[in-house]
Amino acid sequence: MTDALLTLSGVHTHIGRYHILHGVDLAVPKGRTTMLLGRNGAGKTTTLRTIMGLWPASQGSIHFDGAQIDKAATPDIATSGVAYVPETMAIFSDLTVKENLVLAARAGAPDEKRLEWIFGFFPALKKFWLSRAGTLSGGQKQMLSIARAIVEERKLLLIDEPTKGLAPAIVSALIECLREIARSGATILLVEQNFRVAQDVGDLVHVMDSGRIVHSGAMADLAVDESLQKRLLGLSLDSHQ
Amino acid sequence: MILSGNPPRGKLLTALLVLVVVVLALAPFLFPGSKPANVAAKICVFALLVASYDLLLGYAGIVSFAHTMFFGIGAYGIAITLYALGPSWGAILLGLGAAILVAALFALAIGLFSLRVQTIFFAMVTLAVASAFAVLASQLSWLTGGEDGRTFRVPEMLRPGFRLIENGPFGITISGRTLSYYLVFCSVVVLFLVMLRIVESPFGRVLQAIRENPFRAEALGYRIIYHRTLANVLAAVFAACAGALNALWLRYTGPDTSLSFNIMIDILLIVVIGGMGTLYGAIIGAALFVLAENYLQTLMGAAFGALNASGAGFVANFFNPDRWLLWLGILFILSVYFFPTGIVGKLRAEPKS
Repeated sequence: MTDALLTLSGVHTHIGRYHILHGVDLAVPKGRTTMLLGRNGAGKTTTLRTIMGLWPASQGSIHFDGAQIDKAATPDIATSGVAYVPETMAIFSDLTVKENLVLAARAGAPDEKRLEWIFGFFPALKKFWLSRAGTLSGGQKQMLSIARAIVEERKLLLIDEPTKGLAPAIVSALIECLREIARSGATILLVEQNFRVAQDVGDLVHVMDSGRIVHSGAMADLAVDESLQKRLLGLSLDSHQ
Repeated sequence: MILSGNPPRGKLLTALLVLVVVVLALAPFLFPGSKPANVAAKICVFALLVASYDLLLGYAGIVSFAHTMFFGIGAYGIAITLYALGPSWGAILLGLGAAILVAALFALAIGLFSLRVQTIFFAMVTLAVASAFAVLASQLSWLTGGEDGRTFRVPEMLRPGFRLIENGPFGITISGRTLSYYLVFCSVVVLFLVMLRIVESPFGRVLQAIRENPFRAEALGYRIIYHRTLANVLAAVFAACAGALNALWLRYTGPDTSLSFNIMIDILLIVVIGGMGTLYGAIIGAALFVLAENYLQTLMGAAFGALNASGAGFVANFFNPDRWLLWLGILFILSVYFFPTGIVGKLRAEPKS
């Protein structure tokens, strides 16, 4: 794909003596939302962590924005424009909401207009601006985690299961937020277990199984092909609507 | 506190801090005599030393056993230059400058070589380096005075015989000892405010983030080794300053007063009692610890005498002054039990939304 912002070619990752990724090939085009789907243990989180350099690739190459990053250190990958939202909502609980966001704004104090844009999605963050992040609810922590990734414009957002364990009402707000972020021109690689969310926000999809990409295509095509969903993901579309 | 933008939060805590600082500021006039002055100076020195350790442990999450070594470097810096060059302000500045430089270089080397390893291994490395340094200081007796240490003279203005004001208004006398005390007190106040500024700066926030989740901090673009090493260097420099002030106050530096592992244990106790990651905990903890260390035996002696006189001999035995260390231990256990986050951690209110 010629307009790919991120490409992984034959990426293998070992964690200790375990071989997790077995030659992952995928491309994330600029300005699109790409879904990474798969059953538990398929290697989705490992793929994101490998892109971030947290678990370095043992083989293969990763190119981001024209530069090879598979040997780069995590802070360098982050400063080159990749934001990562881990599934564990890894906020800094001893710091306030404000401090969490200020910390993520590497270029200086967060832009006021951008903050207002973020508060539009997540009003709770404005309300608890000076509260310790550790005192927020699970949903609010997830909002903070995403807000931290978008507090400055990034070239690529890696988001790992943002809706995991959240109440349906919050999931709807998150879907709207992800759509809005996508509309702003951001490039997103999103790992998601909830097929409805994937359907609502994804443009493209890669499906993983046992550390390999087993399907790549348009999200809309997968959304209407129930037999393909059953084969790839072991799920029925009806049960998720 | 106003300068740092980091108020203590909590009325009781603020009142306690104000009380300690005001009493320390007026100590030479409120409590004349050499013992109260020694106690007040030790509280000041330990408040600075423990705050510098809190910067390392409470903010950066680094467990180090080499903090006494940096304290000793500061003390020996002053002792060696004043002993060799004679009592002058120039010698003090030279000794302080050299001590800060040596402490920073040692901390940089330890940080760069050891901060990549896990916390427990770093702690072991610092323990080994500190032990080696203590042995070295004892062996190099031509320089350090060996086990006897170095007694040295301080500039005229800081000597006990010096009188700036004698029998002034309200019968006040300001001697060289009083000036020495205020040199220690004012230096500690300034250095403490600088530390508060550091922990409230973006650098301090990054340290807290690294302590809480180093991988997440890296994923935000922060280099862990760089920040941890810088924290190690800063803590070492502040500890060296505390050592230099202690040496100036005592006019003596020896292994027992500056390099002993007992000092490291005291630092750990004070930081836990006061409250980690607060800096203010160092002031409260140092005040309580030093006061208990110096006056608990006297208080127990008074209680023992009073109970004996009233015929409660059996109960009086519990307060036998010879058992003061046992009671000190019990007090520490109780304080950790009732204040697991330290006194300041317990008294500090959550920031307002």
